[in-house]
Amino acid sequence: MNFLETIWLIPLFPLFGAALMLLFGKVLDPQPKSDVAVAPGVEPIFEHGHAHEHDHEHDHDHGHTHDHDHHHQHGHHAHSPLKFLIDLICPGMILLSFLFSAGAVWQLSQQAHRVREVIQFSWIAGLPFHMSNGHMASFQMDWGFLLDPLSSVMILVVTGIGFLIHVYSTGYMAHDGGYYRFFGYLNLFVFFMLMLVLANNYVLLFVGWEGVGLCSYLLIGFYFHKKSAADAGKKAFIVNRVGDAGFIIGMLLLLSTLGTLRFTDVNAALRSAAFTPEVAGIGTLTIVSLCLFFGATGKSAQFPLYIWLPDAMEGPTPVSALIHAATMVTAGVYMVARSSALFSLTPIALTVVAVIGAFTAILAATIALVQNDIKRVLAYSTVSQLGYMFLALGVGAYWVAVFHLFTHAFFKALLFLGSGSVIHAMSGQQDMRRMGALKDKIPLTYRTMWIGSIAIAGIPGLAGFFSKDEILWQAFSSPKGGTVLWAVGLTTAAMTAFYMWRMMYLTFYGKSRVAPEVASHVHESPVSMTGVLGVLALGSVLAGWLGVPKLWTMFGEGFRTFENWLAPMFATGAGDAVKEAVGQGVHQGAHSAFTEWTLMLTSVVVAVAGILVARYFYVDKPEIPEHIAAAVPGLYRTLYNKWYVDEIYDFLFVNGLCKGGGRLAGAFDRDVVDGGVNGAGWLTRLAATLSGWWDTWIIDGAVRLGSFIVKMLSYPVCILQTGRVQGYAFFVVIGILVFFGYYVVR
Amino acid sequence: MHPITTVHYLALSAALLLIGTVGVLTRRNVVIILMSIELILNAVNINLIAFSHALQNVNGQIFAIFVITDAVAEAAVGLGILIALFRNKETVQADEIDLLKW
Amino acid sequence: MLTDTILFYIFALLVLGGAVLTITRHSAMHAAISLIVSLLGVAGLYLLQQAEFLFAVQIVLYVGGIMLLFLFVIMLVNLDQAAKERQFNKQWLVALVAVAAVGAQVAYFIHAGLDSFHFAAPLAAGMAAGTPAGLGNTEQIADTLFGEYLLPFEIASVLLLVAVVGSVAMAKKRI
Repeated sequence: MNFLETIWLIPLFPLFGAALMLLFGKVLDPQPKSDVAVAPGVEPIFEHGHAHEHDHEHDHDHGHTHDHDHHHQHGHHAHSPLKFLIDLICPGMILLSFLFSAGAVWQLSQQAHRVREVIQFSWIAGLPFHMSNGHMASFQMDWGFLLDPLSSVMILVVTGIGFLIHVYSTGYMAHDGGYYRFFGYLNLFVFFMLMLVLANNYVLLFVGWEGVGLCSYLLIGFYFHKKSAADAGKKAFIVNRVGDAGFIIGMLLLLSTLGTLRFTDVNAALRSAAFTPEVAGIGTLTIVSLCLFFGATGKSAQFPLYIWLPDAMEGPTPVSALIHAATMVTAGVYMVARSSALFSLTPIALTVVAVIGAFTAILAATIALVQNDIKRVLAYSTVSQLGYMFLALGVGAYWVAVFHLFTHAFFKALLFLGSGSVIHAMSGQQDMRRMGALKDKIPLTYRTMWIGSIAIAGIPGLAGFFSKDEILWQAFSSPKGGTVLWAVGLTTAAMTAFYMWRMMYLTFYGKSRVAPEVASHVHESPVSMTGVLGVLALGSVLAGWLGVPKLWTMFGEGFRTFENWLAPMFATGAGDAVKEAVGQGVHQGAHSAFTEWTLMLTSVVVAVAGILVARYFYVDKPEIPEHIAAAVPGLYRTLYNKWYVDEIYDFLFVNGLCKGGGRLAGAFDRDVVDGGVNGAGWLTRLAATLSGWWDTWIIDGAVRLGSFIVKMLSYPVCILQTGRVQGYAFFVVIGILVFFGYYVVR
Repeated sequence: MHPITTVHYLALSAALLLIGTVGVLTRRNVVIILMSIELILNAVNINLIAFSHALQNVNGQIFAIFVITDAVAEAAVGLGILIALFRNKETVQADEIDLLKW
Repeated sequence: MLTDTILFYIFALLVLGGAVLTITRHSAMHAAISLIVSLLGVAGLYLLQQAEFLFAVQIVLYVGGIMLLFLFVIMLVNLDQAAKERQFNKQWLVALVAVAAVGAQVAYFIHAGLDSFHFAAPLAAGMAAGTPAGLGNTEQIADTLFGEYLLPFEIASVLLLVAVVGSVAMAKKRI
């Protein structure tokens, strides 16, 4: 079948799944007391029996049988026999999307011109408006899908990793309340993410942008009875919103400048000779780029809006894996890559992107060095790796950023899911100081996480090496880069290796610091979880081989598919300032192959050194870290408290807004609202008084006046009625007189 | 001396009528009022007879017969009322009977 | 001719004199007697107009019936007290003026219409011209009354019946 015709189905499958879940899910999995999910580690609010009979069979690809008899501290509740339907429907929908995406991408690759734009319908009808250069344009947005190399990479990542995580969740969330709600939200998230990456214009992208923000809020605050989770959800959404303000401003400025927001039209306009690169100073396009990038910092957790990502670990682990590692946080990267034509015209904005990316990378890495929660380490690692991606974007190496996005999705998802497996085994314990020597107890988890950690450290042969190394090389060699950026990247790589392996050593090696009552329950996770880990580990190994550097000439062009696939996306326009640099890679006048080999070797050495130092600190001589912490207590405290960024923001913005807003709201409520009510009461009394006066004096007065007039008129008449007949007879005579008088005068 | 024409009778009838009217309007005694009414009726009769004679038509006399009949009936009933009034009010003065005053 | 004139004036004097006396006497009895005189004068006038039947009826009915009734009632109702009181009510002057005005108007009418009072035949004593076939007055009245005016005659009799019943009812002490 022609998958290119059915692109619109790709987001529709998960939407359908979400609708089914959120509308009918309660039927499929009714909970006895409440469908509130109880977070692991939190006291369950309802009593639990030990024997739960559930006889759900799963017959999807990763079929397994539930044969674990763990008595963990989650709440137990009898599951409805229909629960397996949820397991079938939701992952199934994502699988369908993945198959359709794969088919569509394959068919796209067969085409010569690898762009397929499908406009479903005209969404917002056009209203004419004035562009900034005085011409008239029409504000017309259509609901359209654009499948080109960039979006094809994204949909494969989203649906592929999404499917794996759905399968994982069937195991991980099996005993939590709100099962159907979780899957409904997950499917909804995948729908919005697909809308985001498949959109053919900025506005539809923004719809997806907002939607994933919403789903992120819903999923972070999934255990909404826990206050910290609810707060984290709010924080994520609000910080996102701050970024979105910038995004909207940038979008509208772009609309005003170009008159259209459709990607194909925008790119064509920007690459035409009509726009020159703004090398000299800050023009409209630079402001647009900076505003769009500000939105990206909110969504992709860069400085200054990264603060929500560590708190987002309050959500369930699959959520962290999917949203905050593989897909949502990469939306910013995708958006900047999509706007490559725009950014290429604004070197100042590109520099800002690169600097912020590098700065965030090293900042997050420093914080990750001393964190004790396993998920926090991974969260800061995500922020740091995203910094790498923006660094790559900032030096003009767009395809490298997307490549790193691709590989990062694999090993970060693997690491998150693996940590979820560890937490599951540890009955909810997340503090690494209470773990240790787990590698024999949970071997599958250990081995897959080992692969992931090697990958992220950047050991040659695995995915992380290829992408990270390419970034470092581009940072060094690109005309927009420089030695400083490269040095920052290298330092961050060293720290990355160190803290990742610190995590590994603390968790799996050394002496067991596990509490006794937890130790008895440590067990390997079910196949639904470990199977996914295995698949992801495989991906972490193999994914990097799609982007082998040109330096390794022993590998043919087939190993460079990634770059070649994405090359036409970032083809330069007439006025591109960096057109000579990007895509040329190695053969620059100033940089030789020797330099590149040297740099590559340096990064490998640094990574290995990091791993060995971590081993030394945490396995061989575990007392050293405490000595170091005691030696520089100030530095340690600062790092541990995340450089006090949250506290500074609280002081600057939150308290000011809260207190000021509170006072303002109070004054408003007192003076305006209550004043209005009081005023309304006063007015009512006044109206009543007036009405009463009117009624008494005027209405009644009119009536009484009528009767008064009649009475007054009656007095003369009454005089006539004397009761004496002779008087009446006299009037008869008077009448006769009058009658005769008439005839007399006639 | 002028011959007596119809006009004389008319003038006489008018004079009698006016005298009777004065009596009705002026006297306080109800009996006298009733008698004045008889005067008025007779004035009318004189008028009728005069014209009957002048026009050589007997209709006027017929009418006069009926007038007399009416006068009889009216006198009878009126006097009956007078007696009833006297029995109740002990007075025959017309202007003392003002019960229907407002 | 002359006789008629003189007789007319005598009877007119009786009539008007009796009328004036009627309305001015204090005593009701005197007034009644004056009225009788006046009525007799009227009867005489009827005779002068060759209305013999009416002359008889006047005497018999009016004087002999009505006035007798009046006299009985005057004697029944004790009017001595009334004779001592004020006789004329408060509106006597106004009434007099009004009636005088009406009188003036009537005089004017008569004066203005003098020309229309000339009838076909001059008045003559003993004439019977124009009357049907030399019948006497009574016969004529009988003819007309029981012929053309039978219905009014019957109605008049009903009226009299009503008057009888009414006067009996009025005069009874307790109905």
